[in-house]
Amino acid sequence: MSEPKAEKVAVTLNVNGAERTVTVEPRWLLSDVLRQEFGLTGVHIGCEHGVCGACTILVDGEPVRSCLQFAVQAEGARIETVEALGTPEEMDPVQTAFWEKHGLQCGYCTPGMVLTAKALLDRVPNPTEAEIRHALSGNLCRCTGYQFIVEAVERAAELRAEG
Amino acid sequence: MAVVGQSVPRREDGRLITGRGHYTADVVRPGQLYAVMLRSPHAHARIRSVETGPARSQSGVRAVYTGRDVRERIAPIPTAWIPPGSDLAITEHPALAVDTVRYVGDAVAMVVADSLEAARAARNLIEVDYEVLPAVVSVTDAVREDAPRVHEGVPGNVALHWRAGADVDEAFRTAEVTVHRTIVQQRLIPNPMEPRAAVAEYDPGFESLTLWATSQNPHIHRLLVSTVLGMPEHRVRVIAQDVGGGFGSKIACYPDEVLVAFAARDLRRPVKWVEDRQEHFVATTHGRDHVEEVELAGRRDGTITAIRVKALANLGAYLSTAAPGVPTILFGLVVTGAYDIPQASVEVMGLYTNTTPVDAYRGAGRPEATFLIERLVDAFAAEIGMDPIALRRKNLLRDEQFPYTNAFSITYDSGRYQTALDLALHTLDVPRFREEQEAARLEGRLIGLGVTTYVEMCGLGPSEVAGAVGFQGGLWEHALVRVLPTGKVMVMTGISPHGQGEETTFAQIVAERLGCPLEDIEVIHGDTDQVSMGWGTYGSRSTAVGGGALNMALDRVIDKAGRIAAHALEAAVEDLTFEGGRFAVRGVPDRSLTFPEVALKAHLAWSMPAGVEPGLEAQASYDPANFTYPFGTHAAVVEVDRETGEVKVLRYIAVDDCGPLINPMIVEGQVRGGIVQGIGQALWEGAVYDETGQLLSGSLMDYALPKARFLPPIEVFHTETPSPHNPLGVKGVGETGTIAATPTVVNAVLDALSPLHIKDLEMPFTPERVWRAIRDAEKGAGAR
Repeated sequence: MSEPKAEKVAVTLNVNGAERTVTVEPRWLLSDVLRQEFGLTGVHIGCEHGVCGACTILVDGEPVRSCLQFAVQAEGARIETVEALGTPEEMDPVQTAFWEKHGLQCGYCTPGMVLTAKALLDRVPNPTEAEIRHALSGNLCRCTGYQFIVEAVERAAELRAEG
Repeated sequence: MAVVGQSVPRREDGRLITGRGHYTADVVRPGQLYAVMLRSPHAHARIRSVETGPARSQSGVRAVYTGRDVRERIAPIPTAWIPPGSDLAITEHPALAVDTVRYVGDAVAMVVADSLEAARAARNLIEVDYEVLPAVVSVTDAVREDAPRVHEGVPGNVALHWRAGADVDEAFRTAEVTVHRTIVQQRLIPNPMEPRAAVAEYDPGFESLTLWATSQNPHIHRLLVSTVLGMPEHRVRVIAQDVGGGFGSKIACYPDEVLVAFAARDLRRPVKWVEDRQEHFVATTHGRDHVEEVELAGRRDGTITAIRVKALANLGAYLSTAAPGVPTILFGLVVTGAYDIPQASVEVMGLYTNTTPVDAYRGAGRPEATFLIERLVDAFAAEIGMDPIALRRKNLLRDEQFPYTNAFSITYDSGRYQTALDLALHTLDVPRFREEQEAARLEGRLIGLGVTTYVEMCGLGPSEVAGAVGFQGGLWEHALVRVLPTGKVMVMTGISPHGQGEETTFAQIVAERLGCPLEDIEVIHGDTDQVSMGWGTYGSRSTAVGGGALNMALDRVIDKAGRIAAHALEAAVEDLTFEGGRFAVRGVPDRSLTFPEVALKAHLAWSMPAGVEPGLEAQASYDPANFTYPFGTHAAVVEVDRETGEVKVLRYIAVDDCGPLINPMIVEGQVRGGIVQGIGQALWEGAVYDETGQLLSGSLMDYALPKARFLPPIEVFHTETPSPHNPLGVKGVGETGTIAATPTVVNAVLDALSPLHIKDLEMPFTPERVWRAIRDAEKGAGAR
């Protein structure tokens, strides 16, 4: 049996503040489209079954696993990836905090961690350690043992409060 | 100000935190094709036929390769460790299975197509006619007389049989006390967050191949890939830039990257392959998986006199790259742990089974060794009614015994074991804990304390020893320090960090020696065309061995720069000082040159001292005199929920001694990460196969990795005892946490359960398993 040939469709995505129309197959995952069509390789693919959180992006400000969505489902939504947050020269406070507190080792889970932390702090500016650990529990990290990530989020809360 | 010893924020982080790293899966080459593997759904089956016609005729499909297509063109994948005296039964490991599949995940065919979707769709059209054969999964089944044979030519499935030490039977016969335990050291699945990947590009003009790969050791990959493909080594370039964790699973040379390289050469097009997570579970090497009979002999006063270990080690279906060395050399020679045990005997049978190959996983052999001795010490203490901490103290090596040669002729370099123990116990406040424990027990609560005093053999290692123990490579390390005309510094190192932070720590070493700012230093690794040679990052060797090479190369650069400076300052070399990046004539501080000024003079070469060549660059190869031996004490306090069986780690204290710290923050990160992986083994992680060889724990939904909310803050402390044979005094710290944490938590849980007379329990201590043990114990008590 041969696979049905998928028709490509046009979809307009608002990614990191800019709208762009791309043609995609309806079965293409949002994570793949962001990486391949938009070149946003900060969206890391870790499991493709929604468990590891490495592909976390923000959709209308909420953390979402981009491997669990089709690109066509994201039309009209406001998508943010880690690339929009800051650059090595000018980091977002959450990124600065991860840097200061050694909140990463291999860096593979980091974009997802940073965005999850940002979404948490947008909602709860001064989270407790337990709240942080709970919020991060959907993001797996194999390197750090999490503690420095937790401390990074606490530090990020401080940096954001300082403005 | 000193740079070494400071918690400098990492220099690699800017790109990684902002999503601008370069992982293998990020590599895009013009015109690249996509490869997928068809993997066996059966643990053991004969391949009657593979029908690829419909797949090949799909639009967008460039090639479909089967075992028969490639067996004449790709040599078998070799193992790289042949322990002497082990009768290693080396079997052929084809890149793609030809007649027989031997584990679920064994690759049967590779499809290469214009798009990933086309490749996957074509894969679905390949028809493989399998004749399913009986499979053997566990080591205890593999040794049975009627066990199916994994390899026709290997009777009894015995891959290796290795012994070390001396006869201890007499010691056991005459001992006042002996204790025995059966230990099931469960199989673990490494799961770095980045799956494996490979991208290969062949240049038909230069007849050269570039392979981007998720590798912990690109030079080993270059050697093995070029050998297997029959390509000259100098025409193969392996690049591993950013690698998302490895934990041992990215040491091995796998069929996958060889196949991708082969296809790129065959099709004259770049080819990309990225493992998905389910594939990782079956196709990337696993770790541990022993069943051991372990015994300790000693006296009623608590003196341990002998240890005897018989282990069955599961090697899986094929011998992976380092696999034969892991349950033998890296395990057997250190089972006496941190204790003065004069007599020891180890016997290991390595067995083939119809499971994913087993190879190094963080600690590789040494966690298994530490686990068994730490369990035995607790068991021995219980047997003679002695406090397990007192028993440890009695048998721990004393400071004056170093260098200490253990019963297997392994010489531990330096140690102050009691100091680390004291610091951990003081931090914990044991008398207060025991009071709390007593009070809790009166309330029916189960809390417990576990302590581990460990030593690790790492900093791999002296090449002469590597040769003597059958490792088919060297374990020295290489560094090149290139100073540019502006005084900026490039360092090329043969180690291959993938999260450990040597872009920072090595720059700290350079900044300290040359007095230049960190910004002026770039540490380059993970590219065989840029780095002359290297053996990679594993075995906690990067700073101990790679740092040693770097230090030697810096000596040479400073020596040469000094001679050029002396010449320019019209002074004798011995009259110069070099401090803070400035060469000055002793006593005449205004007659001086900065390091960049000397670098420029070296490159202009307008006036060089006699016999000194232009330029300022030096390389060094460092072969260590011995391994290094970090040590320490870990202590954990846990509470077991009587109703649910859930284990909660309330407190975790780590005292580690890895010699001087280059960057304390990075060391803490390594320690904490390692501990959490070790706790993972104790409480949650474990591969589960059914009897037919299907991996039941084959996804992140079924295999529990540690999560942020499961864990308490970990208290990290250090003592500093330099390694006497290593120029930096450093010992390595990447694996200590994993080695110490598993027995620490297990001993703590068993201490908590001791009022119920539960003596032992198989890992992982999942709530269900603990709850059943509690229920059975309570039932048993009721029946009495």
